[in-house]
Amino acid sequence: MAETLTHIGQTEPRPAGWQGIAADWSSDQRAFKNVSWGKAMMWIFLLSDTFIFGCFLLSYMTARISTRVPWPNPSEVFALRIGGSDIPLILIAIMTFVLISSSGTMAMAVNFGYRRDRRKTAILMLLTAALGATFVGMQAFEWTKLITEGVRPWGNPWGAAQFGSSFFMITGFHGTHVTIGVIFLVIVARKVWRGDFDTGRRGFFTSRTGRYENVEIMGLYWHFVDLVWVFIFAFFYLW
Amino acid sequence: MAEATANGLGQHALNAGHAHEAPATGTAYAEVHQEHPIKLYLVVWAWLFILSTCSYLVDYFGLHGYLRWSLILIFMILKAGLIVAVFMHMAWERLALTYAIILPPILVLVFVAMMVFEADYTLFTRLAFFGSGP
Repeated sequence: MAETLTHIGQTEPRPAGWQGIAADWSSDQRAFKNVSWGKAMMWIFLLSDTFIFGCFLLSYMTARISTRVPWPNPSEVFALRIGGSDIPLILIAIMTFVLISSSGTMAMAVNFGYRRDRRKTAILMLLTAALGATFVGMQAFEWTKLITEGVRPWGNPWGAAQFGSSFFMITGFHGTHVTIGVIFLVIVARKVWRGDFDTGRRGFFTSRTGRYENVEIMGLYWHFVDLVWVFIFAFFYLW
Repeated sequence: MAEATANGLGQHALNAGHAHEAPATGTAYAEVHQEHPIKLYLVVWAWLFILSTCSYLVDYFGLHGYLRWSLILIFMILKAGLIVAVFMHMAWERLALTYAIILPPILVLVFVAMMVFEADYTLFTRLAFFGSGP
């Protein structure tokens, strides 16, 4: 698969496996053979984002263990009254399913992108954006509900004051990511729909031509947002 | 520099004036087409639903203690693994990239594990200064 150029311009196959790792990292040309810069840079950005979310979750856990006031029970805090009975955590469960579904449609959009199926790619990306917007909408509902119930970054009616600050910080930062992702999705979907990646039309901001791989790079960001939610769901809502 | 020009990036710069850039896939790296059967994505999607339902049920049935925590962590790791490996195509990426991305978070997890074993003093200081709490 991966090839390297010799000094006389011929290509020769590069080793795979551990030998490949050593060869790539000791490369005098570029690391990550076969991986474009766009993709590598998106991965490295996501790695940095991983650290930020990791710090948030770690500090939240520390705050939670260090307070002697009882931690509010998320199961009850995020319950909704449906049909006369309180269903624990139901809102968060629905949000999780919405976000997972958006990840599914995004993965398929990437696939159709590589098949040069513009119509399906754009439609699936817009569907992803719609699901993402739904998620943000539900989060807005959740925030509104909690704020009217008296949750503030410095206190809440049910227990440890740190609950509010952790909640707004973590879900707020994640919601911002989703919002940016929705905008990003709409922009790339428009490019696909218009056929920018076929005609080589230049972007208005970077004035560079794009490729269908941009859809995959966009997808990496979107799946990451879903990935972060997996951890927030486990540590903040279920723990 | 000559080497850099030989790969796609250098040519980008050279051809910047041309109206049509041959797909930037260029010479040095062949764009890896992440084309997999749609069925694969649907299967992963279904598993993510199942695993999410399972973790929700952990809460719904009100499981407690180590059982609860281990189940939550198992479902979380399985979900995260599926997303990274299949949806983000990590399973098909070149190993050099995979290790560059996966290794740092694993090192952070090692650090977290050390803190978990070593840093009882967050709890200890609380008990020492405030007496027992929840």
